[in-house]
Amino acid sequence: MTQYLDFEKPLAEIEGKAEELRALARANAEMDVAEEAAALDAKAAKLLDELYKDLTPWRKCQVARHPDRPHCRDYIERLFTEYTPLAGDRNFADDLAVMGGLARFKDRPVMVIGHEKGSDTKSRIAHNFGMARPEGYRKAVRLMEMASRFGLPVVTLIDTAGAYPGKGAEERGQSEAIARSTEMCLKIGVPLVSVVIGEGGSGGAVAFATANRVAMLEHSIYSVISPEGCASILWKNAEKMREAAVALRLTAQDLLKLGVIDRVIAEPRGGAHRDKRKAMDAVGDAITAMLKDLDGKDGTALIKDRRQKFLDLGTKGLAA
Amino acid sequence: MNWITNYVRPRINSIFSRREVPENLWQKCDECGTMLFHRELAENLNVCTQCGHHMNISPRARFTGLFDGGVFVEVDVPEPVADPLHFRDQKKYPDRMKAAQKGSGEKEAMLVATGEIGRTPIVAAAQDFSFMGGSMGMYVGNAIIAAAQEAVKLKRPLILFSAAGGARMQEGILSLMQMPRSTVAVQMLKEAGLPYIVVLTHPTTGGVTASYAMLGDVHIAEPNALICFAGPRVIEQTIRETLPEGFQRAEYLLDHGMLDRVVKRTDLRDELITITRMLMKLPPVVRGELPAPAVKADEPAAEKTAAPKPTESKAAAKS
Repeated sequence: MTQYLDFEKPLAEIEGKAEELRALARANAEMDVAEEAAALDAKAAKLLDELYKDLTPWRKCQVARHPDRPHCRDYIERLFTEYTPLAGDRNFADDLAVMGGLARFKDRPVMVIGHEKGSDTKSRIAHNFGMARPEGYRKAVRLMEMASRFGLPVVTLIDTAGAYPGKGAEERGQSEAIARSTEMCLKIGVPLVSVVIGEGGSGGAVAFATANRVAMLEHSIYSVISPEGCASILWKNAEKMREAAVALRLTAQDLLKLGVIDRVIAEPRGGAHRDKRKAMDAVGDAITAMLKDLDGKDGTALIKDRRQKFLDLGTKGLAA
Repeated sequence: MNWITNYVRPRINSIFSRREVPENLWQKCDECGTMLFHRELAENLNVCTQCGHHMNISPRARFTGLFDGGVFVEVDVPEPVADPLHFRDQKKYPDRMKAAQKGSGEKEAMLVATGEIGRTPIVAAAQDFSFMGGSMGMYVGNAIIAAAQEAVKLKRPLILFSAAGGARMQEGILSLMQMPRSTVAVQMLKEAGLPYIVVLTHPTTGGVTASYAMLGDVHIAEPNALICFAGPRVIEQTIRETLPEGFQRAEYLLDHGMLDRVVKRTDLRDELITITRMLMKLPPVVRGELPAPAVKADEPAAEKTAAPKPTESKAAAKS
């Protein structure tokens, strides 16, 4: 059952009609609806193309947050083998908002780390909707450090609304945990590549995405603050999220222009959730390409490459 | 980096502007409501003489109280691209910038300087909460990098005073990128074996806390400073319960192991001198009246002609 976004309403109607026709035909063997249904399908496909051709920044936010969008767990299942989760920060707890462990990417052993939002009510609660607490970042620090010592490349998959704003999280040093995770990203002498697969929410994303190479799915977002948060502060009205989404330049296309990311990964028609396999394979290809880019660089060169990349950032505005 | 433009002129300006606004003679303490005489308050580093409440202090005023004889040399900060996103909310970003510059008399939200504290050479950087909430944009990132590079070049410790509501939204993702950028700056200091001391002042929140403010060798906070990642209002909305008294305040963070010390602003200078001298393996500081420092050989020759008058310093009496 497809979940439609508000701007997909006309599409829902057409697809609904086609479905109804087919259901009628199944009940009544004499009816021939093939032609009519096919016409509706074609109409739906055309509309889908139109809707997704020029998604506004706010619509991209909606697609990036789509509940059916493939999540970290799906990517790990599809693109990696021998995934062996490693748990815990050796200090307080295991934070399920962050999953990670050893795995093979095209036979090459790597460390994979990502935010997991969960896919139904129960798992969403267990994963805290992908909003990590300090333990999540500290687990990531532990895994990155280990990867560095054993010479394993690190692949991070970013999909979080942000770090969890909770009482316990603050008590246990949320800021320090994020700062240490970003610091570890900059310290490891192994290739570090990131893909923003859904939401890249502020510090919670930076903590894993301070990488040699960063790619973004076409309809994912990466921002300093959510459009709703920005609207409530600068417009004093959270309903102005559409305007805020435009002003923040949070789309993959704008971030590529600003030099913040290195590549945009095309999504299947109608977004990653409409053809998960195709979307995930495209991400796999991007990871392959990014790792290949870094082949042959030793640890010192990789660290230097990463630092220089961030030091140079922000010399480009959108003016051009 | 001209001593006359950076130091003498602002001081002269401040003398004149003070005369023009006589209504600023008294300031009300935000905490206890006592009316405080402007000069007395400034001499007490904006700490209420009645209740000890720490009010905001501008980087320039802080440096004047911090450095020996009030003498410091500003470090140049590379100018970033202005308004990179052409950001516009209810106002245009350049208009907000202009208003902030006019209001504070400063170019941006961070000031970097070199000088001596108790004859200990240091580099200092201070964030200006009165400038768009001290928010961290590209300029602040550049300032931290410039401060770290200067410290590495001169082999001096870096003392950073943080004060910010977080990242500057008007620079969008580029403000977020100052988290890794400032972290690179901290790494430069660590690799050069130089102390990095963070003084967290009210308020230090968001992306600032989650990057350079929490990566110091020593974390000192001013009393009752709000220090957090997510602000109390956001948390209350998320968990729908009222937070305990003193939550996310300096003393609370000290209890939870995030800080080394909570120190009153009026004691801070002595404390910083003591700590930096030990970390730099220098002999204990000579306490007592010392003349204002002579101009250093490593400073441009032009500045020698404008050596400060010792009588001008109020810090000489403080050390």
